[in-house]
Amino acid sequence: MAANPFLVVVDYDAGNLRSVERALAHVGVDATITADWADVARADGVILPGVGAASDTMAKLGERDLTEPLREYVASGRPFLGVCMGLQALLDHSDEGGGQECLGLLPGNVRHFGFDHLKVPHMGWNQVTWLREHRITSGIESGSYFYFVHSFYPDPADPDLALGETTYGLTFPSVLAHENMVATQFHPEKSGEAGLAIYANFAEWVREAA
Amino acid sequence: MLTKRIIPCFDVDNGRVVKGVSFVELRDAGDPVELAKLYDAEGADELVFLDITASSDNRATVYDMVSATADQVFIPFTVGGGIRTTVDMKTMLELGADKVSINTAAVNNPDLVNEGAYRFGSQCIVVAIDAKGVGEGWEVYTHGGRTPTGIDAIAWAREVVERGAGELLVTSMDTDGHQSGYDIPMLRAMSEAVNVPVIASGGAGGPDHMAEALTEGKADAVLAASIFHFGTYSIREVKESLSEQGIAMRPVAARD
Repeated sequence: MAANPFLVVVDYDAGNLRSVERALAHVGVDATITADWADVARADGVILPGVGAASDTMAKLGERDLTEPLREYVASGRPFLGVCMGLQALLDHSDEGGGQECLGLLPGNVRHFGFDHLKVPHMGWNQVTWLREHRITSGIESGSYFYFVHSFYPDPADPDLALGETTYGLTFPSVLAHENMVATQFHPEKSGEAGLAIYANFAEWVREAA
Repeated sequence: MLTKRIIPCFDVDNGRVVKGVSFVELRDAGDPVELAKLYDAEGADELVFLDITASSDNRATVYDMVSATADQVFIPFTVGGGIRTTVDMKTMLELGADKVSINTAAVNNPDLVNEGAYRFGSQCIVVAIDAKGVGEGWEVYTHGGRTPTGIDAIAWAREVVERGAGELLVTSMDTDGHQSGYDIPMLRAMSEAVNVPVIASGGAGGPDHMAEALTEGKADAVLAASIFHFGTYSIREVKESLSEQGIAMRPVAARD
């Protein structure tokens, strides 16, 4: 257990970088925003944030030589948190923009809502129901509300990857968890107290694992 | 279930919150960051800041406000007023705003909507439409409601959404400041014309007006200023009332 673990927020020009940093600061954690693969390699915890398009995300991670270091980091077993696009990037493939290969760290696809009867993006506060226990959701009630903004949703090949689910036209897994990986489709940094609790739980996990 | 959103709006002049009654009479209602924290704790789902500072020399006051708000408030917030270029948008988003709202600048240069959506994503581009009833329809006004444009508001809503706007903030010039209810026919026409969220603005006098905008008006969110700033209703009271009327609301956390 380390008092001051090296917690990295991966910088690939995603719009919510600073918001994630501010939320971490609010729960008492200094995070390092970095695009340096060497920082990812030696991190005690990594957060992959994200707002925007799958193709941009994968292109920028590639340009910055971060794709392989992220895969290696996850394989090392250290704590990893993906947020929004940072969740979608973990799957094999996204249907966004005519199709985009993603990191392939979790089996499955990212699909478009494609509703006629509901507005897209799914924007605003919606409930997340926990499907099992996990340290990332410790102390947060099942059915709590979180802030979502997305037009695509994760469709993992293995339903057991889902840690939480949300209904908007259909019921989709809004939190994925597998071994050392956790990822949320919503934005904890914009979800008030419940969201801050997610970051506090992640920070605690990183501290213990370091 | 996706909830309807309650959004307090702050008109900010030189870093202080003011609210115009029909855009003319201004009264001071406090410090924006303190108000933002208070409303966050009270259960606001989102916040909107409209910077009405006349002089562009004083932009630093709004920059400081945006940054200080982002440091202390962990719900989404939108900044509008004085945003004319993608550089202005980038500045606000980097300071910590989640969305930017453009109004006159979009009418003067509609490509700004496309450019903003392309560079930063539709989710952070809000187009504000101020409109006034004319004949069977509604006309777009710019410059804080002073300048008629001859543009049909519904056609304009469709156009900006096609160009990439992720949300519309629709203010009725006829009802704004009167606290006698939102312009329901306009909201309904607007919401049925587009497939992005519509925020109703102008005319909130209480929860029943908001309920009307969210049901008959088909709005996704309601914005209000005076009734919150002057304590006529708290956000908690509004949410409790709307929940009782069967409208999905994010509940306000219990007080410690």
